[in-house]
Amino acid sequence: MYTQEMLESIKKVEATRAERLANVKAGIHPRRMTAEEKVQVKMENHPDYIASQFAELAIGPNKGEKVPLELAEVLQGNPRVNPKDIDLKKIDYDVDVLVIGGGGSGSAAAIMAHENGANVMIVTKLRHGDANTMMAEGGIQAADKPNDSPAQHYLDVMGGGHFKNVPELVKKLVNDAPICIKWLNDLGVMFDKEADGTMVTTHGGGTSRKRMHACKDYSGAEIMRVLRDEVQNRQIPVVDFTSAIEIIKDEQGRAAGAVLMNMETKEIRIARAKTVVIATGGAGRMHYQGFPTSNHYGATADGLVLAYRAGAPLLYAYTLQYHPTGAAYPSQIFGALVTEKVRSIGAQLVNKDGEPFMYSLETRDICASGVIRECKRGNGVDTFNGGQGVWLDSPMIDMIHGEGTIEKRIPAMLRMYLKYGIDMRKQPILIYPTLHYQNGGIKIGVNGMSEVENLFVAGEAVGGIHGENRLMGNSLLDIIVFGRNAGVNAAAAAKEVKLGKKLNLDHVKSFMKEMKDAGIKTDVVSPKLLPRYTHGNPVYDEPNAKLMK
Amino acid sequence: MEKMVNIYLYGKKYEVPASLTIMNAMEYAGYQLVRGVGCRCGFCGACATIYRIKGQNELKTCLACQTKVEDNMYIATLPFFPLVKQPYDIEKVKPTEQIMMQLYPEIYACVGCNACTKACTQDLKVMQYIAYAQRGEYEKCAEESFDCVMCGVCSSRCPAGITHPQVGLLARRLTGKYLAPETQHLLERVAEIEGGNCEAALQDIMAKTAEELKELYNNRDFEQ
Repeated sequence: MYTQEMLESIKKVEATRAERLANVKAGIHPRRMTAEEKVQVKMENHPDYIASQFAELAIGPNKGEKVPLELAEVLQGNPRVNPKDIDLKKIDYDVDVLVIGGGGSGSAAAIMAHENGANVMIVTKLRHGDANTMMAEGGIQAADKPNDSPAQHYLDVMGGGHFKNVPELVKKLVNDAPICIKWLNDLGVMFDKEADGTMVTTHGGGTSRKRMHACKDYSGAEIMRVLRDEVQNRQIPVVDFTSAIEIIKDEQGRAAGAVLMNMETKEIRIARAKTVVIATGGAGRMHYQGFPTSNHYGATADGLVLAYRAGAPLLYAYTLQYHPTGAAYPSQIFGALVTEKVRSIGAQLVNKDGEPFMYSLETRDICASGVIRECKRGNGVDTFNGGQGVWLDSPMIDMIHGEGTIEKRIPAMLRMYLKYGIDMRKQPILIYPTLHYQNGGIKIGVNGMSEVENLFVAGEAVGGIHGENRLMGNSLLDIIVFGRNAGVNAAAAAKEVKLGKKLNLDHVKSFMKEMKDAGIKTDVVSPKLLPRYTHGNPVYDEPNAKLMK
Repeated sequence: MEKMVNIYLYGKKYEVPASLTIMNAMEYAGYQLVRGVGCRCGFCGACATIYRIKGQNELKTCLACQTKVEDNMYIATLPFFPLVKQPYDIEKVKPTEQIMMQLYPEIYACVGCNACTKACTQDLKVMQYIAYAQRGEYEKCAEESFDCVMCGVCSSRCPAGITHPQVGLLARRLTGKYLAPETQHLLERVAEIEGGNCEAALQDIMAKTAEELKELYNNRDFEQ
């Protein structure tokens, strides 16, 4: 239910709607920004450019580089266990390939490792499938239509990432995209299709061709539940409610397993493996710069911490994606994702006076910067707790494509808002950027391996594929392409490995020494594993609160 | 001052702000959740919850992340429910009635009580999609069950012991793989890629200098 002020503003949005609709139908959109304008709006408004929010790393492979303050804290945090307290001779799990993380990339990796004959096991912090994959709404890109090509897709990805992307990884991404859509289709993923089998595809921000494939607005959920089902059909063991808290190495310094911790009982277990795949996902729950997030509860950058301590360099860890359209109101869904598809199928960004202040499908970083600027200019709508937002004029969708389009194409969005008395078919919705994606991550080669031998990485934990900004629909794609790739290559590498005789945590010991030498004293223990929320309960401001752990 | 309400978490009383969801209210009360929490956005089904308002007979079900607290709400979470999952080989099964009979025969024991539909946290017509599954109408079952988050609340209320979410999932995979029309343009593009026909254009664009690439990018043509 909207406030009186909001309802007044909605009247202004409605007043300009007819003219905006007529323009859209005539193919006239608000002007796209020039390359120079994009640079300016980003430098002046994007959170990645607020220097005070970044710290220089004092130790580790990326020493001297800047990362978000909250990430620096966990990268340079204390290990959860002291290596001297861990008995690595007592092996609880002994496998060829250990996959850390039970989301989309981890599941894809496990399936392909299994397909290639490896004895593979998944270990996951919460339930199998509890991951950002499950929440990806909009779709998955692939250049599979006659007017499109992998090369055209390549161009869009590189430009979207501001040409910082690692070219070989982008090539792999776009080249394997149609192959991965076919793989998913053959596993039984229900893509939106026309009666003749043609894929229903749309634009995403920054795409030059309509290549966004979708499964209504449950794209990620549909993919995740099929992959999970496939893992179960293959009877691949999944150790759930268990997190990896350190990588284990062999005497040659190659990854050879992980120290595991039961999330409920805190019991420590040791997994030995010939190769390891980190598929731990993103970092939204780090709440960089105090932003709300669209991410899963477990998105706390754990894989980056494990890999960094093991000596694997990160790439572009300074760049995050703030999704332009997080829910700004009501408070119960603050920060929740409003899929880009809402804009793809016609909803415009408009300010409190009903003015379309920018082209609605610029790349995400530009769009988010534009929304932040519009609010700074005083053209936003007040929400709650001093927050602001702008309108996403959702009723336009049914007016453009016919009644029932919202219900058919974005049912999850409709349901989310209806629960709070807002019918997005009739009223616009309020949005503001939300922390959405970790553009950077662990550096890998085209084979999916980090700079630590036999330590593979897949999914959001990887850095470099998307440069400094990921396009919509390239994350679901990336987890499948690089998840499969990591699974295949980890299985192949496992065949070459002779089991290490001496498992060790020497790298953790030397990391602790490095910390000491650099004078780092901190209470922070990492990986973080889970966030802590208290929702403003005043009890937590009282002195006794420190006893409440 | 914020409006407060009393809720009962597993029977214990807590005073919490009325604006919070059940999940946030539990955290306000001091819980750091490990179970019964996931995406916090209504997609993952981790936070199935059963509640009753004091003085009312009706047991209600919901997702804790998607539901506001109410005064005098008695709350029990259902973080896990033992659903039955039958393994099968997607390459070998066929979309015929036999497969449901073989894997999930209990669906034919449905007594038509409709408790599953009443309990669904996504407002799906659960009993209807089970009926479609019974008749081998998998496309209809797939469509009707599509928004299922597999929270398991339906199964918890079922006197026949049916695992509805797995039935829907099987129907959807059969539909996606066998019943949905084939995508000719996808098959053609995959053949082109595997035949190496897309390689030259990719090599060509990868060989561009940064300036050339920017020029190309800034002057792209857009599909309308």
